[in-house]
Amino acid sequence: MSSIEEKVIEIIMEQLDVTKEECVPEAAFIDDLGADSLDIVELVMAMEENFAIEISDDELMKIRTIQDVIDFIKKKRGALN
Amino acid sequence: MKRRVVITGLGTVNPIGNCVKDSWEGICSGKSGIGTITKFDTDGFSTKIAGEVKGFDPRAFVSAKEARRLDDFLIYALASAAMALEDAGLTIDASRAERTGVIIGSGIGGLLTMEKAKETLMQQGPRRLSPFTIPAVLANLAAGQVSIRFGAKGPISCTVTACSSGANAIGDSFRLIACGHADVMITGGAEAAVSPLTIAGFNAMRALSTRNDAPEKASRPFDKDRDGFVMGEGCGILILEELSSALKRGARIYAEISGLGVTSDAFHIAAPPPGHEGAARSMRLALQEAGLGTGEIDYINTHGTSTPLNDLYEVQAIKHVFGEKARSLAVSSTKSMTGHLLGAAGGLEAVITAKAIEEGVLPPTINLDNPDDECDLDFVPHTSRKGEIRAAMSNAFGFGGVNAVLVFKKYT
Repeated sequence: MSSIEEKVIEIIMEQLDVTKEECVPEAAFIDDLGADSLDIVELVMAMEENFAIEISDDELMKIRTIQDVIDFIKKKRGALN
Repeated sequence: MKRRVVITGLGTVNPIGNCVKDSWEGICSGKSGIGTITKFDTDGFSTKIAGEVKGFDPRAFVSAKEARRLDDFLIYALASAAMALEDAGLTIDASRAERTGVIIGSGIGGLLTMEKAKETLMQQGPRRLSPFTIPAVLANLAAGQVSIRFGAKGPISCTVTACSSGANAIGDSFRLIACGHADVMITGGAEAAVSPLTIAGFNAMRALSTRNDAPEKASRPFDKDRDGFVMGEGCGILILEELSSALKRGARIYAEISGLGVTSDAFHIAAPPPGHEGAARSMRLALQEAGLGTGEIDYINTHGTSTPLNDLYEVQAIKHVFGEKARSLAVSSTKSMTGHLLGAAGGLEAVITAKAIEEGVLPPTINLDNPDDECDLDFVPHTSRKGEIRAAMSNAFGFGGVNAVLVFKKYT
């Protein structure tokens, strides 16, 4: 597991009060992790802060699973590098 | 015909204790909950003391996620409501949900959250505000959070009448049940306003005590040397229930609530008028609704803030209403121990008054070392004492000229 993935899961565990076992890549925030739309906004803010990226509202709408977040951050970071 | 309303559950978090039992023991032993402010750095503030909630574990009542997102006044409300419902032995199931309502008052709402959010806004910009900022600030979210948590789907509201918010909430809840709009109400007041803005703001009004070197002595209602109120925080919640509903489930009944009097001074934003005619009218109206004469009241839990004006004028109003009988009444200010919980004061003081009636104990006014010459009633100085209470009154007055008086009586 890459350091980005580890960090993403760590943030999700803290923000959503869920266990590491629940944080499988295909876990959907709303359907599997009990999040609501405000939880996702807060989560995305934490990602922005931790990874020094910006996620627009349009992009936020496309985020459904943990894998989506990981792919998204990797893409953004790739673009930065 | 109006229905009878009784109190079947109590819950509180306050500067003296984090449950009814500890709080009542503290009240009976004349314990002060006032100390040096720990919530923020008071460097440069005239007042450095308050009645803070101590040793309270939010995690006993809310999840880690909620503890992070909710303002303290919301956590105090959730905790107090949980304890009150448990005390009442009441579960709000489907058969009850639509007939169970919530009114919890708050004078200010989530002010500390607002102050921190403003800092974030100024330092980090508008995109860094938590989406949970607004729901933590809104005053009516105490009632909202409680209704969501416990599934109460009946009437919901929030009274925002400064220092009488809690009393107004209980009074309005009483009438909703009495008039048939609900069978159960979860009601009271919640406040967590020990913050830089409120302390500085009330200091600007010269309303707070500055007895920083002796915090436990600072709240001294009716004493010659009183120099302002001491801010407290916390919550007091009552479960009000229509009498036949309470009897049907064999609930313990602390007391009956039988009257409310609400008036406006129409005088000044903060000061009461000399003689406090509006307070006197509230007391009369509450007695009238309760169908009680002045001779039937044995105890008054006063507003008694420890400010020079309030205490003097409240005594004058009591004398005006009760005449010669004022001298045979027990009249105390439990704010001498708890501090002034602003919008939660009416809630906490209703909890204390209900316990006083149930136990037959008159709560004391501590720090009354040299009573003001014009404050010459039986304030139950220093220590509590036994005394049967057939009926009691709880006074709450708020900025803007609000006067709310509740009458409770022993259930027979």
